[in-house]
Amino acid sequence: MIEARGLTKRYGEKTAVAALSFTVRPGVVTGFLGPNGAGKSTTMRMILGLDAPTHGDVTVNGRRYADHAAPLHEVGALLEAKAVHTGRSAYHHLLAMACTHGISRTRVDEVIDLVGLREVARRRVGSFSLGMGQRLGVACALLADPATLVLDEPVNGLDPEGILWIRNLMRGLAAEGRTVFVSSHLMSEMALTAEHLVVIGRGRLIADVSVAEFTNSASRKLVRVRTPMATQLRDLLVGPDVSVTDVEPGLLEVTGTDTTAIGRLACQRAIPLIELTPVQASLEEAFMELTQDAVEYHAQDAEGIAS
Amino acid sequence: MTTAQIGRRRQGATLPADMKVTPTRVIRSEWVKFWSLESSKVAIGAAFLGMVGIGILYTALLAAHSSGVSPADRVRLDPTSASLSGYSIAQLIVGVLGALIVTGEYGTGMVRASLSAVPKRLPVVWGKLAVFAGVTFVVTTAASLIAFFIGQAILDGPGLGTTIGAPGVLRAVVGMGLYLTGIGVLGVGLGWIIRNTAGTVATLIGLVLVLPGIVQALPASWGERIAPYLPNIAGHEVAMVHPAMLAPWAGFGVLVAYLVVVTGMGAYLLKRRDA
Repeated sequence: MIEARGLTKRYGEKTAVAALSFTVRPGVVTGFLGPNGAGKSTTMRMILGLDAPTHGDVTVNGRRYADHAAPLHEVGALLEAKAVHTGRSAYHHLLAMACTHGISRTRVDEVIDLVGLREVARRRVGSFSLGMGQRLGVACALLADPATLVLDEPVNGLDPEGILWIRNLMRGLAAEGRTVFVSSHLMSEMALTAEHLVVIGRGRLIADVSVAEFTNSASRKLVRVRTPMATQLRDLLVGPDVSVTDVEPGLLEVTGTDTTAIGRLACQRAIPLIELTPVQASLEEAFMELTQDAVEYHAQDAEGIAS
Repeated sequence: MTTAQIGRRRQGATLPADMKVTPTRVIRSEWVKFWSLESSKVAIGAAFLGMVGIGILYTALLAAHSSGVSPADRVRLDPTSASLSGYSIAQLIVGVLGALIVTGEYGTGMVRASLSAVPKRLPVVWGKLAVFAGVTFVVTTAASLIAFFIGQAILDGPGLGTTIGAPGVLRAVVGMGLYLTGIGVLGVGLGWIIRNTAGTVATLIGLVLVLPGIVQALPASWGERIAPYLPNIAGHEVAMVHPAMLAPWAGFGVLVAYLVVVTGMGAYLLKRRDA
């Protein structure tokens, strides 16, 4: 469980995170979504006590991170920037982390096997590929069997097999009852793994909803109709609330009504329908729409500087 | 939501019953960190070899040219300091190593992992200090003793040597280990403040090599008043049989005072700044 209340971080004049309040619950994967530079990494660093909030606070499992007796047992973290000394082997890095909590070498070997790094565990981390580095980061996060996982862009740099592995791992960890908080700038990635979403833009909370709600709330809902009598159907449908677009001969896109109404109307007038499909806005489109303002602000800022 | 509802499973994780951070465990972690870097082993080995090797070289040269030494110079010659002359190189190596054990973490981002494991932060400062000072003191004191005994054996040939039992000699030889450890700890403390390797090493070299030169260039009355209180000049008194300016332990006390201030400042900044 992660609870942020009025979390704010300023670096000089620049506000990276502004009055952010949200709760991340156990048992599901929660996606932390926002365009690049939205303040995701800053928020995650504040959760771990690496950056101090300017205002507000954030607790993990009821307490500030630094107030836990065994912090690694509360939160396992994978931070975006590599947090490993490149001159040390993966094994010794994990062992050094383990020692702080009195965790044994046996557990270090367990997590090395869990992430599949056994063969390279004694090699210098500096020689690791991006994917191997991410696996080491995951091993480090899982080391103390944490109740909460904070993962910053975990699929970055992974090959398709690695991405699949991370997705299954996150779902598995959530199914075990853990809190899983994972950031991404890719909506499509979150659509596949997350059940709940915390969306931010320019450091502000935009949405704190389930993935289903998020998709439903997308304003654009349209129905695709394919019929040989497109012109007739179109004239019947068009009204004050309903708009119809000709996509190509015999294909219409209708907004403002639903499939039931269109189907009934077509039946009454004996218009044959070849296709009648409700098209939901994709998660990506919903995301773009929601964060549009945040992105537009950026563009305006840039213009302001130029002029 | 109750714990039962959350229903965490441990997927067979082998974990201790008393899993928590303790000062002893942080020291153990720092011990693992220290010895798992090639650079630590190379540097500590180089400091040892520099101390012993240069001592042998210098005393051997002295012994070879002893016939040309006048009786007056024989009296003035300090055989202990001759055998410990490797300290000038050893202090730089130890100081840079001290800086690196901190700045290496900032340079690579490791510090974020260290501080997420020990979010109270200060135990990391004390843990690093304990491991570094412990290892450095043992190694440099051993090197100092070995350099002394080999050096005196060489100087005994032409009858120039001294013994460990002579007044002030044991204190100076062990004091050399203390002095070198002090310079290393200065590097550690500066590392916490400056955080980047180049800046820390430059500052350390400035303090130990450049500053004494500048002070010497000052008008004599000024220089004489300031020089005894420079960290390395004061600290080195304890490593000399015949201290030049301050009493041996008073001089070392001055160095320790600098270390307390620098380390305290580093600890304060670590606690206050974002990692």
